[in-house]
Amino acid sequence: MKDRDAELREELKRHLDMAVEDRVARGELPAEAAAAARREIGNLSQVQEATRDVWGGRWLAHLAQDLRYAARIFRRNPAFAVVAILSLALGIGANTALFEVVDAVRLRPLPVSDPDGLFEVRLATLEGARGNFQSWHPAVTQPVWRELQERQQAFDLFAWSRAGFNLSESGEARRADGLWVSGDFFNILALRAAQGRLLSPEDDRPGCAPRAVLSHAFWQRAYGGDPSVVGRTITLRTRPIEIVGIAPAGFHGLEVGRTFDVVLPLCAEAVLSADGKGRAQAGTTWWLMMFGRLKPGWTLERATAHLAAISPEIFRSTLPAGYPAVSVQGYLAMTLIAAPGGQGVSQLRESYSSPLWLLLGIAGLVLVIACANLANLLLARATAREREISVRLGLGASRGRIIRQLLTESLLLVTIGTVCAVVLAGVMARWLVAALQTTDTNITLPLIVDWRVLGFAGLLAVATCLLFGLAPAIRGTRVTASSVLRATSRGMSAGRESVALRRALVVVQIALSVALLFGSLLFVRTLRNVLGVDPGFRSEGLLVANVDSTRLGLAPDLRAAHEALVTERVQAIPGVEGAATVEVVPISGDAGGNDVWPERNRSARFNTFVNFVGAGYFKVLGARLVAGREFDPRDRIDSVRVVIVNETFAEKLGGAAAAIGQRITRESTPGTPEGTYEVVGVVENSAYLALKDEPYPTMYYSGSQTDAGLATRLMIRSSLPPTATTASITASLTNLDPRMTVSYTIVPTMIHDTLVQERLLAALSAAFGLLAAVLTMVGLYGLIAYSVTRRSTEIGVRMALGASRANILRLVLRETGVLLAVGVAVGAAVAMAGGQTASSLLFRVRPYDPLTLIASIVILSAIALAASYVPARRATCIEPVVALRAE
Amino acid sequence: MANRQRYRNRIEILQGTLDLLVLQTLQWGPQHGYGIAQAIQASSSDVLQVDTGSLYPALHRLEKQGWIAATWKLSAKKQRTRVYRLTAAGRRQLASERSKWQRLVDAMTGILARPQESES
Repeated sequence: MKDRDAELREELKRHLDMAVEDRVARGELPAEAAAAARREIGNLSQVQEATRDVWGGRWLAHLAQDLRYAARIFRRNPAFAVVAILSLALGIGANTALFEVVDAVRLRPLPVSDPDGLFEVRLATLEGARGNFQSWHPAVTQPVWRELQERQQAFDLFAWSRAGFNLSESGEARRADGLWVSGDFFNILALRAAQGRLLSPEDDRPGCAPRAVLSHAFWQRAYGGDPSVVGRTITLRTRPIEIVGIAPAGFHGLEVGRTFDVVLPLCAEAVLSADGKGRAQAGTTWWLMMFGRLKPGWTLERATAHLAAISPEIFRSTLPAGYPAVSVQGYLAMTLIAAPGGQGVSQLRESYSSPLWLLLGIAGLVLVIACANLANLLLARATAREREISVRLGLGASRGRIIRQLLTESLLLVTIGTVCAVVLAGVMARWLVAALQTTDTNITLPLIVDWRVLGFAGLLAVATCLLFGLAPAIRGTRVTASSVLRATSRGMSAGRESVALRRALVVVQIALSVALLFGSLLFVRTLRNVLGVDPGFRSEGLLVANVDSTRLGLAPDLRAAHEALVTERVQAIPGVEGAATVEVVPISGDAGGNDVWPERNRSARFNTFVNFVGAGYFKVLGARLVAGREFDPRDRIDSVRVVIVNETFAEKLGGAAAAIGQRITRESTPGTPEGTYEVVGVVENSAYLALKDEPYPTMYYSGSQTDAGLATRLMIRSSLPPTATTASITASLTNLDPRMTVSYTIVPTMIHDTLVQERLLAALSAAFGLLAAVLTMVGLYGLIAYSVTRRSTEIGVRMALGASRANILRLVLRETGVLLAVGVAVGAAVAMAGGQTASSLLFRVRPYDPLTLIASIVILSAIALAASYVPARRATCIEPVVALRAE
Repeated sequence: MANRQRYRNRIEILQGTLDLLVLQTLQWGPQHGYGIAQAIQASSSDVLQVDTGSLYPALHRLEKQGWIAATWKLSAKKQRTRVYRLTAAGRRQLASERSKWQRLVDAMTGILARPQESES
């Protein structure tokens, strides 16, 4: 390229020489001839530039040159570069981080071959299904699964379910997450073992000798990746089970956001259960999810029609004996449908999809504000550089070339900002996933910076660059050399248009900031409202102990006495103020419900939550008894069946006093026939499923009048710190029998964990709102400061003519006032619309809450006035003489 | 003032016709840039003035397209001069450009020669 340049210069020089020679030959004087020839040939560098452009490939050289130039400018003006890069890194980084999480939970397919070919077969609705629901996702019973396998021809199908195991043999339990899978699970997913072999249909036969496959992560964590593990055994539910292989790395099962440690065949569920039958036979335990691939020649439409056609026979032949009569019709009417299953299932996805999209939208608005800010800064710089640019235009640079150069500066900022952003995004995304983590759920979300994430960040970067860089570049080059060079060094020539554009940008910033502040205040108020909910009991000092006595192998008639003994031992521990058995821990997410009616009034049927609690439970919980009595040792398995109900339930019976002594009938369930109970107590309302729920009828059965199992759950109130209490309980129970294991739930922590979404939304939206406000402050300050500088002569004249400082202050602040008024008006409208989309995430605050809107407007106005007060003060300090002399 | 008179009669070269003029000029033999400019000016009886800022980009563009080729030659005064000559492809291009130009001229003449209609 250099040689070519030199050749061109030489060629043009020869041209000039020859022209001069010709003129001299025609008789002109050499000096005159040289001048005339030069005039004729014109601007030599422009000729060179135009010729070079013909060569092509010049853009690379230009780019290098522009980049060098941009870097030099940033070195000379580091404050601008740092502010710009920082705001871009934060803006793009926050967006990319959120997108990374959205990508992981929402967009990315399962890491198996041909995930798009995977389909889910499930119930169309759960209406008509009665019994025991073991899955948060619609699931079917074992008989339905078997019958479906028998009759359907469309799919290669497998069934699976979550499983929970305890790896500890004594003392505190160590949890292991497991999967029950049918024999074809690994074949259909087309996975290959990392070590040994995976399960096959031969491993899944009724009455099988259970074999296990470990997850790659668990193998690494628990066994240090030792290959000799294959062939050894792992003890689950007191049984040694042969490990046949290790699943491939990166496979976390079909539930996005969770992982597994160990996989067992479905047949093992029955084999490992205490009674040797398990849930497997029961037609009323809904626990299996089904996935598969279409067989050759089948389409989704045909398969759906096929499933609809065989559904009636399937449900007719699996109707469980003793199914509640009212639900039989519903059961027989159930249908199976097929749906795309390439993304698996995900509880995380279902709970956090809308908050994540919302946060992504908020982060997008923050990025727009950051862009407006940068555009403003660049416009200010373009004004300051008018002289430089006009000189370059005057020296023969083309306008396109200068626009390109100014855009290169923006591009360099964006590129550096985006690189920082991608690094930052990794950290923020990990932090975000950690924030979703609770003590109870072990969220495993592989965050991979894949092409989608990088593409998203790149797209943002390009859009950002054009958004904030293009307008200033076009504006900045719309100057004529003469006008600027003639004007004073103050840049008095800055057009009205440029200022109008800057004002518009600040108005956009103010409007979006009002909307974002409004949103964050709504979420903060939501969090405060949720935290302010009285659960109806004192959660401080409460903890739950889950005692597992399976290994004792007690006969059914000995279990009640054992449970009483365990309860007594715990009650005797120093610091424990009380302990009582409980089935459903409030706010834990577990629930049970039944229809009931007053004994002689079947038409007054209503639905109620139910729970099974031991003697003294409400005292332990700290819930006040409104009427009647608590359960006590009088309530035995052979005495009159009694219940305690909450106030909402009692209202249906004519109030608390009237409720005592009334007899209540409970509907028949798949497991138990209809039964009648006497109300002996009324207790105040307390939260059951979630803090946010309205009071709902709740009925408490007496735990001592129910068959005891091998698992005892105790609600414990302790005056000592939880860790001290759990240590004593573990020691005491191990002392009683070392084969018992126990796990704990700290109730305040558990409640805290249920508010992850509210906390996350409040914290992130507040952070974004704050960032938006700061960016707007910077933008407004810059604009007002610029405006004061521009109007310094005018202000000087006014002061010379007798304007007071207060007049001047008012003059400057009036500009802020106008911008603020327009921005707030637009912002209020945006906020109203935005609030509506978030309404489902709010609690006890309306999406158009006027008080919150006023608060956000007041906050932003205060910020705006503070930002413009400093330059306004400066305006009042202008010395009229100095200002006028500068003219 | 013959100079001024000449200047007044000059016509800006139409966009796109410079390439044709260059090819046509080189038809008579290799020539350097200055020579090409002078030849165009002379053969148009000084009506067409070639702007250097258009000539050199045009030369380099034609060279890039392979219609002309350039070599450095030593002049009589032992000075290096860049000389352009027409290639075979250039000759074909010239023929096609000429016929295109002829059609344009015929069309233009046809339109302009039509008796002017009254505007009212």
